[in-house]
Amino acid sequence: MIHAQAQGDLDIFGNDPAAVIAVKVLGIFVIMVLMTLLTIWAERRVVGRMQMRIGPNRVGPFGLLQSLMDGIKLALKEEIIPKGAHLAVYIIAPVIAATTAFLTFAVIPLGPQVSIFGTVTPLQLTDFPVSVLYILAIASVGIYGIVLAGWSSGSIYPLLGGLRSSAQMISYEIAMGLSFVAVFLYAESMSTSQIVAAQEPMWYIVLLLPSFIIYTTAMVGETNRAPFDLPEAEGELVGGFHTEYSSLKFALFFLAEYVNMVTVSALATTLFLGGWRAPWPISLWDQANVGWWPMLWFFGKVFAFIFVFIWLRGTLPRLRYDQFMKFGWKVLIPVSIAWILIVAVARYLRSSGGLEARNLLFAASAVLVVVVLISYALDLRRKKSDEIEEQRIALEAEKEFDPFAGGFPVPPMPGQVAQQSRRVKTTISSGVSAPLTASETTEGTNV
Amino acid sequence: MNGESVVFWVSGAFAVAGALGMVVSKKAVHSALWVAFAMINIAVLYFALEAPFLGTTQIVVYTGAVMMLFLFVLMIVGVDSSDSLLETIKGQRLLASLFALTFGGVIVASISSTLASPSSGLAFANAGYGGHMQGIANLVFGTYLFAFEVLSALLITAALGAMVLAHNERWTPRKTQDQMQRERTLSNHVTPLPAPGVLARNNSVDTPALLPDGTTSIESLPNAFRGEGQVSKANSIEEAGK
Repeated sequence: MIHAQAQGDLDIFGNDPAAVIAVKVLGIFVIMVLMTLLTIWAERRVVGRMQMRIGPNRVGPFGLLQSLMDGIKLALKEEIIPKGAHLAVYIIAPVIAATTAFLTFAVIPLGPQVSIFGTVTPLQLTDFPVSVLYILAIASVGIYGIVLAGWSSGSIYPLLGGLRSSAQMISYEIAMGLSFVAVFLYAESMSTSQIVAAQEPMWYIVLLLPSFIIYTTAMVGETNRAPFDLPEAEGELVGGFHTEYSSLKFALFFLAEYVNMVTVSALATTLFLGGWRAPWPISLWDQANVGWWPMLWFFGKVFAFIFVFIWLRGTLPRLRYDQFMKFGWKVLIPVSIAWILIVAVARYLRSSGGLEARNLLFAASAVLVVVVLISYALDLRRKKSDEIEEQRIALEAEKEFDPFAGGFPVPPMPGQVAQQSRRVKTTISSGVSAPLTASETTEGTNV
Repeated sequence: MNGESVVFWVSGAFAVAGALGMVVSKKAVHSALWVAFAMINIAVLYFALEAPFLGTTQIVVYTGAVMMLFLFVLMIVGVDSSDSLLETIKGQRLLASLFALTFGGVIVASISSTLASPSSGLAFANAGYGGHMQGIANLVFGTYLFAFEVLSALLITAALGAMVLAHNERWTPRKTQDQMQRERTLSNHVTPLPAPGVLARNNSVDTPALLPDGTTSIESLPNAFRGEGQVSKANSIEEAGK
């Protein structure tokens, strides 16, 4: 019955006249560009405040026009294309990055049905039964922009940046996709408008808090933002995948990064914070979820996420690459799989009328506590066995290493240290370094 | 011509162009890109045929995962590696084209045989399930559950096999960041070692750095260059000039 009703909801999409569609498309584009300018300004002001500075405050009121001026300046700069670049791919890469960033917003619901030019239409460009999967698909195409930029630059730092980012984004996309599953199970749909509709009684941040935490972590990794900004780590890779880009092409990457930030925030709002629905005290007002007001609540929530992004950047140092990957694969993914298992069992028992929902939550938390305790006990035991192993290695190390034990060249046993190669040893003992070169220099000048 | 046939002719042509581009391009990376392009266009065709789930899955799996993995490997293996056109196995091209033609014939024959009978249509396929998504879910997790599980077991086995092949036993326990920090503090060099090369004279890695007191530092060189006769003199270029 729910399915039938849900199918009915989607019929309101795809019937708009061409003019309304054009208005919506243009509206989304303008909103995204404005959001980008505003986000850059907000980032500089907020990070400035966090670092006891003021931030840009000269151009326009409160420095609001600063990012617009920076954008104009960037576009007018000289364009440098490296000699070793693969030209076609080099030009396509920023275009892919920027266009895919905009595409995602087509399925984000900004509000309920309103009237535009006398046409009653939802505040959303389109929607279909798998629109959240569509967002994942577009995101995976967006990675191409970054990878290809790194490859086509014909330079080693961008290549490393591109490789890093592809590894990072693929890994975190898995955790991201898994965090959606619990939402799908509860909303019984993959369409964004239906997920918002399903959150009318209760936002999913309350029901599915672990999914929300996993998603927010993954979304920071997915957008290459601090503390997960390894693909563009300035200290290690100069500028990451876009090192060789300048002028308008660089501006496109910049734009894509900020649009992506807005998009993942909008998705988080849609999936977990009730989309355009008004938060509690406002929702008591009976006009709160009608007409154009919801757009305000929606963008309020999106800006809350963007503030968290900026806050993270102002607070946390960058992770080490191996720690970052370990966290993604060994923590986020297994935890989300375990959580999906719990949610799926709970859903099944509820739909088959087996148990009360509240009892189930208690049971689930009890299971979780038991699992945590068991893993703690296992950790303690492993530590003990690690200590024994360390002692054994220390004992081994006391025996001197014989590189030709039994007449064959052999590697050192665990804990034993191999001697330095003979070449190195003679160099150090004969003291080629400082005194010798110095004396030779003097000889040279005498001649 | 309605919208659907416009999409078919445009995307279909693009998909074929992508497939041809993949075969024709010499650079492996370009080939991979052409395949990704073809896959996206096939996904567009699925969308036009009212199969949005298949379309998105096509993009997520093929463009997003498989081709990205290919690109990843290509980028690691060699940035500029291009295919050699030399035939390494004797008669490979002949056999390959023979098999390709046979395969194409089988495909054309099987499709044309299904075209001969009237199609029952999307509405019939979705009837009783309440929609495209629910229909697929019912088939995968109902009728074909066993095949689905067998396939997943196969994939898991493959993943485990890859892990076993790539596994490397550690000889010694891994140094923690804390240990490395301690070792560095206790050594003579708390700061990084001096970089090789003398600015404005010779920046090659076999040139030891000049320290402030005028001596050279053997520690600035990579281990392989520390041997006798391999250390070039810091001032040799200056000497040559005199």
